Amino acid sequence: MSSRTGGRVRAPRLPSALGAFVRKELHHIVRDRQTLAILLLMPLVQVLLFGYALRTDVRDLRVAMVDPTPDVLTVRLRNRLESTPRFRVVSTATSTALLEDQFQRRVADVALVLPTSFADGLARGDRTPVLLVTDASDPNSGTTMQSYVRAALADFESDLSAPGRGPVRIQVASRMRYNPTLESANLFVPGLIALVLTLVSALMTAISLSREKEQGTLEVLLVSPLRPWQIIVGKVLPYLALGFAITCLVLLAARVVFAVPLRGSLTLLLAESVLYTIVSLSLGVLVAARTTSQRAAMLGALVGTMMPTALLSGMIFPISSMPGWLRPITNVVPARWFIVIARGIMLKGAGLGILWHETLVLAGMALLLLVAATRSFHARLD
Amino acid sequence: MRTLRFLLRKEYLQIFRDRIMVAQLLLLPAIQLALLANAATFEIKSARLVVVDEDRSATSRGLVDRMRAGGRFELVKSTTSAERADDAMMRRQAGVILRIPREFERDLVRTHTAPVQLILNAEDGAAAGVTLSYAQRIVAEYASELAATLRLSTLGGEGPVAGQGRLDVRARGWYNPNLDYRFYMVPGILVQLVTMVGTLLTALNIVREKELGTLEQLNVTPVTRGQFIAAKLIPLWSLGLVALTIGMLVARFAFHVPMRGSVLLVFGTASVYLLAALGVGLLVSTMVSTQQQAMFVTFFIVLVYLLMSGLFTPVRSMPIWAQWIAQANPVMHFIEIMRAVMLRGAGLREIARSLAILSAIAVGVFSLSVRQYAKRAA
Repeated sequence: MSSRTGGRVRAPRLPSALGAFVRKELHHIVRDRQTLAILLLMPLVQVLLFGYALRTDVRDLRVAMVDPTPDVLTVRLRNRLESTPRFRVVSTATSTALLEDQFQRRVADVALVLPTSFADGLARGDRTPVLLVTDASDPNSGTTMQSYVRAALADFESDLSAPGRGPVRIQVASRMRYNPTLESANLFVPGLIALVLTLVSALMTAISLSREKEQGTLEVLLVSPLRPWQIIVGKVLPYLALGFAITCLVLLAARVVFAVPLRGSLTLLLAESVLYTIVSLSLGVLVAARTTSQRAAMLGALVGTMMPTALLSGMIFPISSMPGWLRPITNVVPARWFIVIARGIMLKGAGLGILWHETLVLAGMALLLLVAATRSFHARLD
Repeated sequence: MRTLRFLLRKEYLQIFRDRIMVAQLLLLPAIQLALLANAATFEIKSARLVVVDEDRSATSRGLVDRMRAGGRFELVKSTTSAERADDAMMRRQAGVILRIPREFERDLVRTHTAPVQLILNAEDGAAAGVTLSYAQRIVAEYASELAATLRLSTLGGEGPVAGQGRLDVRARGWYNPNLDYRFYMVPGILVQLVTMVGTLLTALNIVREKELGTLEQLNVTPVTRGQFIAAKLIPLWSLGLVALTIGMLVARFAFHVPMRGSVLLVFGTASVYLLAALGVGLLVSTMVSTQQQAMFVTFFIVLVYLLMSGLFTPVRSMPIWAQWIAQANPVMHFIEIMRAVMLRGAGLREIARSLAILSAIAVGVFSLSVRQYAKRAA
């Protein structure tokens, strides 16, 4: 690779061959404006999307009521539902005939089917059956909606009881510790940092190394006086810096736009992200060493690093919810440990005293992968 | 026509000669389905519970027993010190803390109400919400159980009491009675798959010719632009449908996802949708010059697409402005249709609106990208 350096950039003369090599790599990164712009833009857009647009709670619940014998009590129930901002009664019918159509056209989320002579039964003190139908093609929302309607019905029920003889009530005061409002930005930002770092370090290194291989310029590097480890370090250092810069950018955006808390030490968080970046970079070098073409490297990096980071790290889907056979597998995903660390520092204000276990695992992984990457690179050279 | 046939043969040859491409096509659907369908769930299997029982009465023990009985909560620690419980949560040993205050039993007997406190580790936001609703239900059931016994002892009578009617709520989930989360995810994953094949492979395929310089060679041959684009896109269009077929088979036989509607409708929609996906790929290829760039640009677009599509979070929970943006997202409409047809058995009438919007987007994106391509190359 010819080292055509523009006049402006030549200024800081680095003495060693390694320095020149690092400079060449930096050039490659900065020259490709498009990729760089996307690398910087992608995390920012993600922070904005996660913070503003992506929510899992249900705010507007459309209820279809089926009331065969309307009377004062059922009207009271209806008014009760409508007075809650969360509910909107979209229709009241006397039979269930229309329900299927309403669910198919997605104009109702929940159907509340009351029995005939609803009021009479309640007045007599019978157990009055009420059917609650939800569209369970989305089970998560379905369950959430069910519990909202149940809560409203329970309120209605306790209103009915004669005063002084109310039903037994255990009042649950609930608190969401570390993230009281369940703000999604707070949850996703640590995972996002992991994802972006993986993208920048693993994917970029894999592609850039395998590209030199494909174009034959790696051979040129091999006959140069640079030692193999110097080549790796030279390849890896610029991405380490880039990853660091992007981490700072994401943290800043999260802080300024969404006031995402940082309860622990910033230095510790940054140090841990550097550690995580080293792990990802080594993975990228490994992938590049094992593959022959850019496309194979891309595929390898995607399947080997990006997918596990997005899916098996607990970033979006909690690990405790995964089936038993899958949970041990998540232990080899570096992002899984990093996310625990990042969330611990940012949301809980935890220090090394609590996170030493996870840090140790990451450090072990870094060491192992670094050795493996240098080794496999050696082998390719022969 | 003859030229097109030769070009097509070259494209197919090139695709199948490339082992990685074929592997990508066969392997990705399988891996993704296996991983996503199993990993992508918010359902809580068991939450670790720490109990702070300051009352130590028969009633409070009864509540703890009920919590343990359901199998949703695993009692890891029972302590009387709130600090120790907090510490356990800090160290991620506890997911839920149940605090039963002193005088719990006495208050219940005297006033029929008593408070308890539930503290959840909201680090995994989605999980915390679901766990809370499980816990609340158990507490409510225990309360009504207590009501029965207390009423017996205080009133000394059995049977219904006038003015004390109770609601017996039975819940039913239509289309997915067992609330299997995989049924919900798999149709969405299939869409993602078709998108990746359609968009990423198209962009990479064309940019590769650019990078290798063979695109210039093609440009000086008598092959017309129309022929070139058709020859590039028809194989990828058919590959998209092949990937979908594989995915559908895996979904059907490995995950037992129901197929309640018409298969023809699914493939018909996919053919229309692929136009949009290929169009985006073509558009990307006009904007970039290396495979690396193509990959990152596509990655970025697909990511925003997917996040705004309702694959992971319901579109109706988004703020209104975001819902409007989502309307312009072809992925969202395709996912809607897939879920409607596969899970709810919707027919053409039910999905007409989504399909119409999807077709409009597809035609729009596709013609724009072809025009853009012609312009660039001219």
